[in-house]
Amino acid sequence: MSESSQIQLPEDKPLEIAGRVYQSRLLVGTGKYHDMMETGHAIEASGAEIVTFAVRRTNLGQNPDEPSLLDVVSPDRYTMLPNTAGCYTAKDAVRTCKLARELLDGHDLVKLEVLGEEKTLYPNMTETLVAAEELIRDGFKVMVYCSDDPLLAKRLEEMGCIAIMPLGAPIGSGLGIQNRYNIRLIAENANVPVLVDAGVGTASDATLAMELGCDGVLMNTAIALAQDPIRMAKAMRLAIESGRDAYLAGRMPKKLYASASSPIDGTFF
Amino acid sequence: MQVQVNGNPMELSDEATVAALIEQLSLTGKRLAVEVNEDIVPRSQHTEFTLSDGDRVEVVHAIGGG
Repeated sequence: MSESSQIQLPEDKPLEIAGRVYQSRLLVGTGKYHDMMETGHAIEASGAEIVTFAVRRTNLGQNPDEPSLLDVVSPDRYTMLPNTAGCYTAKDAVRTCKLARELLDGHDLVKLEVLGEEKTLYPNMTETLVAAEELIRDGFKVMVYCSDDPLLAKRLEEMGCIAIMPLGAPIGSGLGIQNRYNIRLIAENANVPVLVDAGVGTASDATLAMELGCDGVLMNTAIALAQDPIRMAKAMRLAIESGRDAYLAGRMPKKLYASASSPIDGTFF
Repeated sequence: MQVQVNGNPMELSDEATVAALIEQLSLTGKRLAVEVNEDIVPRSQHTEFTLSDGDRVEVVHAIGGG
């Protein structure tokens, strides 16, 4: 082992969500994989401890012995985070959360997302606010997918949402963080974890989110639709760690012109 | 009697319970959640909850999603 790898850095405060502490700041989805086995391997390689999933009608009359997601991704091992993907109204989102709580034997952590329209899957924030209020009143711990508006993000926090999850870019677009200024403002102003949810396309996007001061990143498509999802899952794990360390280290100031790294004194030419 | 299960009509014997419906669907023991007319029927009540003609039942489970 090299000398430098033995240097002890002050420990980072781990991510805490709903009273539980997590070593990983990467949260992953379970959609769009080729099969359950690939899903399981990618999650493993990502190092994620919180895994999100959707709630849908059980296929009736089809192969009843087909493995279910919760057989492969065990709630004993991972914190399962049901989401309300596909909901366009507060009512549908609240209904979905109640079904999810029943599905997970009373587990009340949810990822609320209420979508506005199909083309962008942009969050409908008026419906999101209505749903968040109702869910919090009903005892749910709400992690909320939202637009990157700093004022709305603050309002969601004040209502009692336990994590704020602004989009970096539209869901599944892989465009990366489009408004880094807003993401930074939201992260700076928040007293609850801020996680970029949606829009990450590759490892550098995840690193950037962390460098901006986010507490974590939630992603699905960037891993699942990579040519090699398992390798990308590993890349994302490292990207999140790198970005977090860079944020903690504090980057150098940007300058317009060059500044030589070697001294001028002692030159012999 | 006839009920709607996940949007499809299904014939059940009168006074069938939620547990009986789940058995008829070969889903006994699976991790799922049941809603009748948009209200949750907790797992602890599946053996007692009696369905009525025209009830709209949803049987849902966890699937991959982001």
